[in-house]
Amino acid sequence: MIHLSDIHKSYTVHKNTIPALRGVDLSIVQGEIFGVIGHSGAGKSTLIRLINLLERPTQGSITVGGENILAFDDRALRNFRRKVGMIFQHFNLLSSKTVADNVSFPIRIAGEKDEKKINARVDELLALVGLSSHKLKYPKQLSGGEKQRVGIARALANGPHILLCDEATSALDPQTTRSILQLLREINEKLKLTIVLITHEMDVIRTICDRVAVIDGGKIVESGPVAQVFLHPQHSTTRNFVMESEHMSADESHGEGDGVEPATVRRLTFMNTAMTQPVFTQVARECGVDFLILNGRFGKIKSTPCGQLTVSVQGAADNTRAALHRLAEAGVVVEENF
Amino acid sequence: MEQVLQTLMLAGVNWGDIGWASIDTLLMLGGALSLTLILGLPLGVALFLTAPKQVLAAPKAYSAISFVVNILRSLPFVILLIAMIPVTVWLTGTSLGVAGAIPPLVVGGTPFFARLVETSLREVDRGIIEASQAMGASVRQIVMGALLPEALPGIIAAATVTAIALVSYTALSGVVGGGGLGDLAIRYGYQRFQLDVMFVTIILLLIMVQVIQSVGNKLVIHFSR
Repeated sequence: MIHLSDIHKSYTVHKNTIPALRGVDLSIVQGEIFGVIGHSGAGKSTLIRLINLLERPTQGSITVGGENILAFDDRALRNFRRKVGMIFQHFNLLSSKTVADNVSFPIRIAGEKDEKKINARVDELLALVGLSSHKLKYPKQLSGGEKQRVGIARALANGPHILLCDEATSALDPQTTRSILQLLREINEKLKLTIVLITHEMDVIRTICDRVAVIDGGKIVESGPVAQVFLHPQHSTTRNFVMESEHMSADESHGEGDGVEPATVRRLTFMNTAMTQPVFTQVARECGVDFLILNGRFGKIKSTPCGQLTVSVQGAADNTRAALHRLAEAGVVVEENF
Repeated sequence: MEQVLQTLMLAGVNWGDIGWASIDTLLMLGGALSLTLILGLPLGVALFLTAPKQVLAAPKAYSAISFVVNILRSLPFVILLIAMIPVTVWLTGTSLGVAGAIPPLVVGGTPFFARLVETSLREVDRGIIEASQAMGASVRQIVMGALLPEALPGIIAAATVTAIALVSYTALSGVVGGGGLGDLAIRYGYQRFQLDVMFVTIILLLIMVQVIQSVGNKLVIHFSR
């Protein structure tokens, strides 16, 4: 659906060239929610703006829906942009227009003149985001979450194929963030919309994304399905993000407690069937071993329950080996050096 | 003593003259203000759009427009008034009265207003321009649909300041026979030393400025969301 290949982008400030992106390759599949996570200055804002060409790359190619968007002339680009919605961290609503006029603005831009049609479409969109009663209010009279809902309604006005979310929840409190993410997920399912979002919060990625790319220093350092990246982070930046979201400090992650023989420490990852069966205690009982739990986290990634435990396996060497083997058979991922 | 009393009683004031002069001033102001707004708004928008890093960034065009605007603004209005006489005569056939005053007023007011418009457009959040671009808006649609509505309170405030500047310019144009209250003040108040006429014209100009300012303020509040 969206392919970026070997993208470089640099800015010239006072005759100094500052690279923002240094060789980014990215493929986003139709209908998925794709997250890009990175610290501020990592280049993620630039990256998302390439998809609707608010920024042009200095080098590289971008195709969307099979079309080379870099070859578009002004008119073609405007038509293309009408089919790509975008929402922003600070909402960017027109303070001089009502909610209804904000939502109808892109429809008018696209050339629709029939007021009845516009009005009907606005009602439909406001119902979708749950703001029907706020139609005639001005943005100033709305809360942050409501403003973002207006932003979403506006972004969907022309029936886009793609929705770009630029730090869409970063200015919102945790509860509002959840409701906005929930809405994005509903939209993704209902309208079969491809969503690309950038954020610096791992929780956002974990809550709604299917796949994630981690960006650092203008490069993608890690990418893959969220569960994989989240449970088995490879790059140090990714690990930091995961730990931040778990409220752990770096030395806690390995969970090496006092007096525990490091050779007995394993990390166990539970997903799918391993989450629905009492594997852990079964194995302990049947193999005659004990587990000392050093660290653990359980929760949901998107809608999949999963979890991870760091344990010290205590028992006779044969029993330990058998226990770990049985765990692996039951679908638990066992890691020794992690 | 008697003379002071007469002055205080405004005995020497010809109210008919004052009335006509007030009407002349209002005509000059109305004519000059409307032309200034009509010419200054697009000029201000052009300044904003062509400025570095803006939607239509064009450094050369921007410097050129900016240069002309700066020159016209740095010229003291009295000088502009006199220097423009040939142009004024060519445009209106006279350099006197209401018609003769309007061209220099417009030339003096337009760059002033244009700069203020540019400034109020800059106050509009960049994110709003970006959002409009992301929607696929053309430059015209961005200006008409987003920039001007968002900057409207600022532009009204700019128009108010410009109108008040024009009031003082109209008074100055009395120097070269522009007519209106300024003319009256110079001919009677200054040249014939009739302090009472001077006094009345000052009060009238003051009232005009006050009325313009409060109407402007009301409009700004009305259009601020």
